[in-house]
Amino acid sequence: MNKELTKKLSSGHSTCAGCGIPAIVRTVLDEIKDPVVVANATGCLEVTSTLYPYSAWKVPYIHNAFENAAATISGVETAYRVLRKKGKIPGQARDGSTKRTKFVVFGGDGGTYDIGLQSLSGALERGHNFLYVCYDNQGYMNTGGQRSSASPYGANTQTTPPSKIDIGNEIFCKDIMKIVSAHGIKYLAQANVAYLEDLRRKVKKALAVKGPSFLLVLQPCTNEWKFPSSQYVYYGKMAMETNFWPLYEIEDGKYILNNEIKERKPIEDFLKGQGRFKHLFAPKNKKTIERIQMMVDKKYGELKCLTGNKGCQCDLEK
Amino acid sequence: MDKNKLALTGGAAMAEALRQINPDVFPVYPITPQTPIVAAFAQHQADGKVDTEIITVESEHSAISASVGSQAAGARTVSATSSQGLALMNEILYIASGMRLPIMMLVSARALSAPLNIHCDHSDVMGARDTGWIQIFSENVQEAYDNTIIGMKLAEESQLPVMVIMDGFITSHSVENATLLPDEVVKNFVGEFVPDSSLLNSKDPKTFGTLALSENYFKFKIEQNSAINLSAEKYAKLAENFSEISGRKKGYFEEYELANAESAIVVLGSTAGTIKETVDKLRHQGKNVGLLKINFFRPFPHKEVAKALDGIKNIAVFDRAMSFGTYPPLYTEIINSLKRVTGYELRVTSYVYGLGGKNIFQKDIEKVFNDLEKDYISQEIKYINHE
Ligand SMILES: Cc1ncc(C[n+]2csc(CCOP(=O)(O)OP(=O)(O)O)c2C)c(N)n1
Repeated sequence: MNKELTKKLSSGHSTCAGCGIPAIVRTVLDEIKDPVVVANATGCLEVTSTLYPYSAWKVPYIHNAFENAAATISGVETAYRVLRKKGKIPGQARDGSTKRTKFVVFGGDGGTYDIGLQSLSGALERGHNFLYVCYDNQGYMNTGGQRSSASPYGANTQTTPPSKIDIGNEIFCKDIMKIVSAHGIKYLAQANVAYLEDLRRKVKKALAVKGPSFLLVLQPCTNEWKFPSSQYVYYGKMAMETNFWPLYEIEDGKYILNNEIKERKPIEDFLKGQGRFKHLFAPKNKKTIERIQMMVDKKYGELKCLTGNKGCQCDLEK
Repeated sequence: MDKNKLALTGGAAMAEALRQINPDVFPVYPITPQTPIVAAFAQHQADGKVDTEIITVESEHSAISASVGSQAAGARTVSATSSQGLALMNEILYIASGMRLPIMMLVSARALSAPLNIHCDHSDVMGARDTGWIQIFSENVQEAYDNTIIGMKLAEESQLPVMVIMDGFITSHSVENATLLPDEVVKNFVGEFVPDSSLLNSKDPKTFGTLALSENYFKFKIEQNSAINLSAEKYAKLAENFSEISGRKKGYFEEYELANAESAIVVLGSTAGTIKETVDKLRHQGKNVGLLKINFFRPFPHKEVAKALDGIKNIAVFDRAMSFGTYPPLYTEIINSLKRVTGYELRVTSYVYGLGGKNIFQKDIEKVFNDLEKDYISQEIKYINHE
């Protein structure tokens, strides 16, 4: 494997074939030229990279529990500030290098939107210097694909199976970007594993701000979205091209849309071929797909409105 | 007048010890009756007397989680809590000990909900007795101060987390005279903290908190158990050193008029004070009564306790916590200790007292000693003043 890419997260970990998580981690860490400490919430990334006596991590790494990665990094970052003042950073002289250690968290959507939300909120509010990266595969994948508050409407998950009377997940997913943004942090962005150059650019910006920053990165999951293992990039692209997952940034409270699509593809282009949405293509569920389309368009309209685009027709304008 | 002799609450005394220790990081969340510790320490910090960073986290779960991060980064880390806070930390208490992180937790012991109750008992710390933390109990303000200093050093020497426990309100909020050691003496006693490994060492990157399946997990737990057992000897040495520098005798337990006693009570924490007074009174009346006050509860010094109690005819074990559906925690430990001395199981009665801050008076203790004298021994758990 590429030597540069595996400099911080080595090969030999045990993510599923066709998993996008390592590409996200490597892209993020590759942008960091300073020393870095990684904290990781319990989940797929953690269990596949740290099986004792092995570790895929070539940078300092800590996994504490599921819901507390942000609190954990608060402790690490605070320790760094105190010990730096005292000239007690191991391996660094007192006046030392001008390099500042960077702190990065990786957490799944469950560990971020749900069980880890309080810990994340606290760490953001206190203003620790860290980058939080949520790899969003829209469910609790490590435990077999249960619904999280990031799971999309209509999805078949282990806890929301469709039936004669049920369409699958009946809740529209939580807007974590707005929640994080409400903490008044300087930089956050929505990204996608299918667009690594865009992710790279966002990591750079995120690291440049003082205080916390946040990246929400879509990570199509071959195992639980149920598509062939060669296709995570394809589904990432479809998510973007249908406006299901727009790429955007919130910089000092200002929204910036990164991809303006001339003509968005119909949502079916994203849904079809994914086992978790298969049931939606039954004639009786036609209305559900229409609803999803409506929601995608409405949310995208809102986003355009937030970016200052006049002439949009979302509720915010009224 | 001794300038090191001060009138302090238990909370303020622990905060004085912390000031002298000068920890690096203190993640903390408020809960009664832990608040006097933190209020006093925050003042020391605001006055620039320490270099500590206090992280005012959003929950106890995050207080202990941040402590794990900070300690793994190689910073000397302390926190403080009570009751629901300690219960909320429970998941991460195991992680701190499993990762062998020498965090010190100061606990102002308090009852657990439901029903909600803010007063003293030992339900919170007993709920944490199997988490792999060393647990040291304090009888009074002086001991709360002393144990904070010993606890910090013990944690770092054993590479295990330590809970230093005082009784909520009874000790945490009561003003008593305490003699502090000079700052320099404390600094010398605890020394500089030099971590074994640190997350901040990018030249020697370490993975903390791995996944270990059945192949290795059991082995880790056995190693962890021998580490906590070994901490007992380390404590004994530190207690001896501390006795020398302070002139105050420290150890696994205190034997009060125990040597030739026929009846004895075993207890943890502040009630030892009331029992001592009762023992004095009854001794004055010519009764052979005594007290064994346990200081070191985890790891439990079974062998030494058995030796101390050997020869005593009847024993009452006082627990300030219940273990629903079975015998309470201290009683169980005493029975386990006395297995080494044949025939003793039948001479020991379990008493539960003081739940949710319920008072216990000398007359209640006298009655227990009377019962012991009359051989009123039973396998039933007895409740003092529960009505
Ligand atoms: C307190 C707690 N509750 C539940 C679990 C079980 N658990 C472990 S990983 C996981 C799913 C993680 O989901 P997510 O954060 O979305 O990450 P992913 O699995 O998708 O990588 C769950 C539910 C746990 N480890 N700890």
